[in-house]
Amino acid sequence: MIAGWMPHLQAGDFALTTKTVNQKAWFLVLPVLLIVALNAIIPLMTVVNYSVQDTFSPGVFFFEGTKWYRDVLSSPRFHGALGRQFLYTAIILAIEIPLGVLVALAMPRKGPWVSVCLVLMALPLLIPWNVVGAMWNIFALPDIGLLGYGLNWLGFDYNYTQQPVAAWMTVVLMDVWHWTSLVVLLAFAGLSSIPDAYYQAAKIDGASAFAVFRYIQLPKMKRVLIIALLLRFMDSFMVYTEPFVLTGGGPGNSTTFLSIDLVKAAIGEFNLGIAAAMSILYFLMTLLVCWVFYTAMMRGEES
Amino acid sequence: MRGVKIAVVFVYILFLMLPIYWLLNMSFKTTNEILGGFSWYPQEFTLESYKTIFTDPSWYNGYLNSISYVLMNTVISVSLALPAAYAFSRYRFLGDKHLFFWLLSNRMAPPAVFVLPFVELYSALNLFDTPLAVALAHCLFNVPLAVWILEGFMSGVPREVDETAYIDGYSFPHFFIKIFMPLIAAGIGVTAFFCFMFSWVEMLLAKNLTSVAAKPIVAVMTRTASTAGYELGLLAAAGALTLIPGVIVIWFVRKHIAKGFALGRV
Repeated sequence: MIAGWMPHLQAGDFALTTKTVNQKAWFLVLPVLLIVALNAIIPLMTVVNYSVQDTFSPGVFFFEGTKWYRDVLSSPRFHGALGRQFLYTAIILAIEIPLGVLVALAMPRKGPWVSVCLVLMALPLLIPWNVVGAMWNIFALPDIGLLGYGLNWLGFDYNYTQQPVAAWMTVVLMDVWHWTSLVVLLAFAGLSSIPDAYYQAAKIDGASAFAVFRYIQLPKMKRVLIIALLLRFMDSFMVYTEPFVLTGGGPGNSTTFLSIDLVKAAIGEFNLGIAAAMSILYFLMTLLVCWVFYTAMMRGEES
Repeated sequence: MRGVKIAVVFVYILFLMLPIYWLLNMSFKTTNEILGGFSWYPQEFTLESYKTIFTDPSWYNGYLNSISYVLMNTVISVSLALPAAYAFSRYRFLGDKHLFFWLLSNRMAPPAVFVLPFVELYSALNLFDTPLAVALAHCLFNVPLAVWILEGFMSGVPREVDETAYIDGYSFPHFFIKIFMPLIAAGIGVTAFFCFMFSWVEMLLAKNLTSVAAKPIVAVMTRTASTAGYELGLLAAAGALTLIPGVIVIWFVRKHIAKGFALGRV
C-alpha cells in the first residue's frame, strides 16, 4: 500500500519501517543481556588480563605488555595448529555443503518417508560429541572396527593411530558423518518452501533438470545455505571433542587443531599467558569471519 | 532419475547407520569377544555392560546429572529468550542491531577459550561442581541461539495480531502468554529442542566445571576410556544409552525440524 505511492521504497525497507521505535524494549532484552554478559564479558576480561601478565606464584602478577602475543605469533607451534585448522575447515566445507545439497535434492518432497528420513538423518546431530569420537574410534580400529577391518581386508594399509594421512581421513570422514545432515536439513527446508506451481511452470516451459536447479532451487536455497556455511564454519573452526577423543591430536601433532592446542596449553601445561594470548587471537579470528558472514546474511534478508 | 534419487538417500542413510550399528554391536559383546577379533554380530549375546551401568551409581548418576543440567539450561534459555526475541522482532531500539550481533558472536566463541575463566568464575560464585554451573555456562551459546530461532518464528506472525490485541485491551503479559505464545508453539518446541540438543552434546565445559558430585555422563565416559584401559563393551553401552534422549526429543519435533534447523527463516 505504502510501497504503491512511494515506488522508490523496496519491500525490505517497508518491513523495517513498520517496526516501531520503542526504547522500553530494552527491558525485554535485559535478562538475556545479563546472563550472556556474566558468561561472556567477565571470562573474556579474565583472559585479557592473563594475556598481558606473567606469574611466578599464585596471586603475584607482573605486567608483560604484548610479550605473549609476540611469542604466540612467532611460534611455529601456533602456525602449525592454525594451518591445520584452516585446512580442516576448508576440506569440511568443500565436502559437506555440496554433499548436503545433493542429498536434499534427492529427498522425497512429500509423503510418510520424509519424516522417517529426517529423523534418521538428524540422529548423528544428537549424539554427545565425545560419544561420536568414541563411536568412530571403535568403528575405525584396524583389528576389530568395521571401517578399519574392511579397509585392511580390501588391501589398504590403514591404521589411524599410526599414519597421519589415515588419521586425517578418519577425522574428516567422522565430521562428514556427524554434520552433513545439518546441511541436508537446512537445504531441505529451503527446497520445501518452493511452491509446486514453480515446478509445473518449469515443466510446461520444458526446462532441463539443471535449469530448474540453477534458476528455481538454488536461489530459494541461497539464504539457508549461507546459514549452513556460517554454522559449519563456526563449529568446525572450534572443533575439539571429536578429534580429541578419536586421535588425541596425534599421531604426533598431525591432528592437533586450534582448540586442542589451546586446551593443551591452558590446562595441560598451565601456560596461562600463552594460552590467553592464543585465546584472544583465536576469538578475534572467529569474530571477523562471522561478521563477514553476518553482514552478507542480513543483506540477503533485507533484499 | 527417481531410482538414482532413492539410491542416493539410501546410501547416505546407510553410511549414517553403520557406525551406530557397530556401537550397538559392541555393546552386546563380552570383553573377551571384542578383543578376540572381528565379527559382524555378537556371538555370545550379553547384557552385562548395560547391567553394570544400571547398577553402578557412578555410571547412572552421570546420566541423571547430565539430564538435570540439560533440563535446567533448556528452561532458563527459552524463558529468558522469549521476551528478548519479541523485542527484536517487533521494536527498533537504540543499539538493537549491535546487540543482536554481539549475542550471536557468543554462539560463535570457541568454548576452549572460556574453559579456564569459567572454572574461576563459577568457583568464585560457589557453584563449581553443581549442575547449575553447567546449566548457566551453556547459556553462553544456547541463549543467543534461542533468541535467534525464536525471532525468526515470531517475525512470521503478522504484526496486526499484536495491534488488535492491544486495542482489545490486553496487557502485554496477558497478550504474550494467552495469545502470542500459542501462535508460536511450534517455534518454542523447536527452540527447546535445540537448547536440549546443544547442551546434551557439549562436553568440554560440562567436564571441566564438575569434579565429583555433578559429574556428567560424558565425563564419566572419558574417565573409563583412560583409566579402565580397554573396557570397550562398557564404553559402547554407555554411548548407546546417550542416543535415547536424542531419539525421544527428535520424535516430538519431527514435523518442524527442517524449519527449525533453518532457524525459522524459511
